[in-house]
Amino acid sequence: MSALICEVVYRGIFQKNLAARIVRGIVLSARKSERWGIAFGRYGDSPQRNGIPAKDFAIVADTKEELEQNMARYEPKHVDVTICVDDTLSKGVESWAWYGLQPINRLTEPNGTLLMTSLQPFEALLKDIHKKDAPYKLSLIRAKASFSGLWVYKEDHTEVRILGALAKIAPSFLTLDAVAEAIGEMEWGSELKVASARKAYDRIETRDVKITEGNTEVPYAFEMPKWWEMREGVTIPAIPIGKPKEGGQGYVPERNPYFKKFSTRTMRPVVDFDTCVKCNLCWIACPDSVFDVMPDGTFDANMEACCGCGVCEAVCPVENCITMVNESAFDDNASQWEMWRKDKTAYKTWLGAKIGDKKTTVRSHGFRFRGQYDEELKQDLDSGGIEITAGIPGENADRKTVPGVGGGR
Amino acid sequence: MATVTGTKAASEDKELLISGSEAVAESLTLADIDVVTAYPIRPYDTVMQAIAKKIANGQLVAEYIVAEGEHSQFEIVKHASTVGARVFCGSSGVGWMYAMECLVVTPPLRVPMVCLVGNRALDDPGAFGVEHNDALVVRDLGWLLCWIDTSQEALDTTLIAYRVAEDRRVFLPLAISADGAFLTHSQAITMVPPKEKVDRYLPRYDRGDLLLHPDNPITVAPQANEDWVIEIRRQNDEAMKRAVGVIEEAYADFRRVFGRGPENPWFEEYMADDAEIILVGMGTISLPIKVAIREMRAKGKKVGLVRLRWFRPFPFERLVKALSGAKAIGVIDRDYSFGSPFHSGVVANEIRASLYNADTRPPLLSFICGLGGREVTLEDVNKAVDMCYAAAKSGKADAKTHWLGVRE
Repeated sequence: MSALICEVVYRGIFQKNLAARIVRGIVLSARKSERWGIAFGRYGDSPQRNGIPAKDFAIVADTKEELEQNMARYEPKHVDVTICVDDTLSKGVESWAWYGLQPINRLTEPNGTLLMTSLQPFEALLKDIHKKDAPYKLSLIRAKASFSGLWVYKEDHTEVRILGALAKIAPSFLTLDAVAEAIGEMEWGSELKVASARKAYDRIETRDVKITEGNTEVPYAFEMPKWWEMREGVTIPAIPIGKPKEGGQGYVPERNPYFKKFSTRTMRPVVDFDTCVKCNLCWIACPDSVFDVMPDGTFDANMEACCGCGVCEAVCPVENCITMVNESAFDDNASQWEMWRKDKTAYKTWLGAKIGDKKTTVRSHGFRFRGQYDEELKQDLDSGGIEITAGIPGENADRKTVPGVGGGR
Repeated sequence: MATVTGTKAASEDKELLISGSEAVAESLTLADIDVVTAYPIRPYDTVMQAIAKKIANGQLVAEYIVAEGEHSQFEIVKHASTVGARVFCGSSGVGWMYAMECLVVTPPLRVPMVCLVGNRALDDPGAFGVEHNDALVVRDLGWLLCWIDTSQEALDTTLIAYRVAEDRRVFLPLAISADGAFLTHSQAITMVPPKEKVDRYLPRYDRGDLLLHPDNPITVAPQANEDWVIEIRRQNDEAMKRAVGVIEEAYADFRRVFGRGPENPWFEEYMADDAEIILVGMGTISLPIKVAIREMRAKGKKVGLVRLRWFRPFPFERLVKALSGAKAIGVIDRDYSFGSPFHSGVVANEIRASLYNADTRPPLLSFICGLGGREVTLEDVNKAVDMCYAAAKSGKADAKTHWLGVRE
């Protein structure tokens, strides 16, 4: 008797369909060896919000009884494999529900596997992933985060690459052939996708993580109040109006003491305080009151509150004054303005490095210009990727070809 | 509305010949309500008309808002109450149902709105006679729920209602149920107290820390899921439990200030002390029962009545004391609960459950009678009592519910 429990940590809305495909794929692949299974989402994450970390689960077991034993809870307490399909989630998971900040590897069993899609080196990821009191394995598939919307889906093969990698991690539940067979039967399946799964099986990179390794930060947590401690009437106090900063020169609004947005964003604004014209537009337009007013009249983006929407960058009238940069380029949530005040030259150098790198300033979701997706696909192909075709699943599957694997279906 | 007599010079009360609905409007004037919303449906519309007249006559200064339907009607007073207004609202039958979405959220928001439910059958076919099922739909949701029997009780209970609902320990909505036609449309001699007495009895509505005001910035009803909801329900539960003591206080104080009113707030006991057979019911059904009891007493049959005033909170402990000494109990429901245990009405099953832990459990017979406003006849009551005597003799009730007054 045995069971395989997997969680998929994903970005709400942007990766909802991706996560659903992965957990369904796990169950249907395991079914090829007569296993029973269930695929479900953490209900507290729904209704999902753009980018907010959410979870799906897949449980497969030898018997129905063992499956039920593992299903009889809101969400699994331990998982054999944690699958994370956006490496900026390595900094932790704060669900739309009230769980505080949870390390990405919190549920991963001792000697279990954390499987991520990432282009970062292991060491860079381990700066963000919290330390765990048990050893585990970190496995990587070299891919950038695949973001779509609720009604559109980017057919970049991330789901099948995860399934192929899982065949390597848990071969007793999902053989590569079973995964290939299951993919072939999906409404979105194709021989090309089977080929992608097989490549991921070969290309997965794995490294042991010791208990001494990882981010030593204590994750943000709070205690939920008892029923008699809560205000009555389903009321909460308004967020107080905030405090003046440094003798009334600046202003810092109060913020929600329980819900932070550290893990919600995939990008964050980087501000050039030297070119800021103090027009207030970022401060006005920000839907989350992120911008603290500094004593010199510039605006510091507070990372406790920023969800990375990018509205500030869009409204800023000064070129390169506010630039959205991928969250993976940062190791902390420190104040940029304080850094700038301390050493303006050093800040300029830091800023230049952050906003000068095309890889980190490309939008993690959405596209900046028409045809960007086609360009990205071409770049993937030039760097050794396989040709894939965009489109509605099934619509043009017959015309998809992969060199060396054979013709279309 | 005519002043009947001025003969009681000693009393400060004014005597009026008014219906149950008009009596409620008298109380609303005395309680100086701030906001009232209206949407017509029979029989509730009688109170709405009576309040409109009070305002038109300059006897009451209040916002009178005619809503576009019951849903808006209840939403408007809900919001008015959160900013500190003393509010009144009401409806009947399917109108009350149409407001259901607002009705379910009012208790957790701790909004002490007072409503009149003029009991009406749930359509179709457009029936407007009395049945209690309309008001009873909120029985599990945190509404305080009581039934009244006379115009006097309508007036008194409305004052008590504000006192209880607006008590900070409670802060729950309260529905006063009045039988359509028999109470809402029947005029009876009613004592109306002077405003000075009411002012001594009824403090101002103080929403305190829950007041929605720029000086007390709060958010009301942010979305809350599984991390919070059970705690919110538990708070509601506690408020309902606290209401028990607050209701007893409110009645005791009412007697002190106005010099009338029952000692037992929860139910009226009519010749029940020594009764072998006790009938139980709610609302104006008491009238034919009392008459029948007097006739039976004359023939030596020891029969009594327990007329429930309060359904939520349900006075289960007191009822056990009042009922467990009888030889048989007959519960007459003016409502139905299809498919429920024994296919009984709602009150019968509440009383069965209350008696479950009692040391002595008399046989309990359940009856359904008077639906859709059908007259409850003396013959119906006599029939019920005869069956109760048979059960008392055998010591066992049949596991059935008997429909009285139905053509069969």
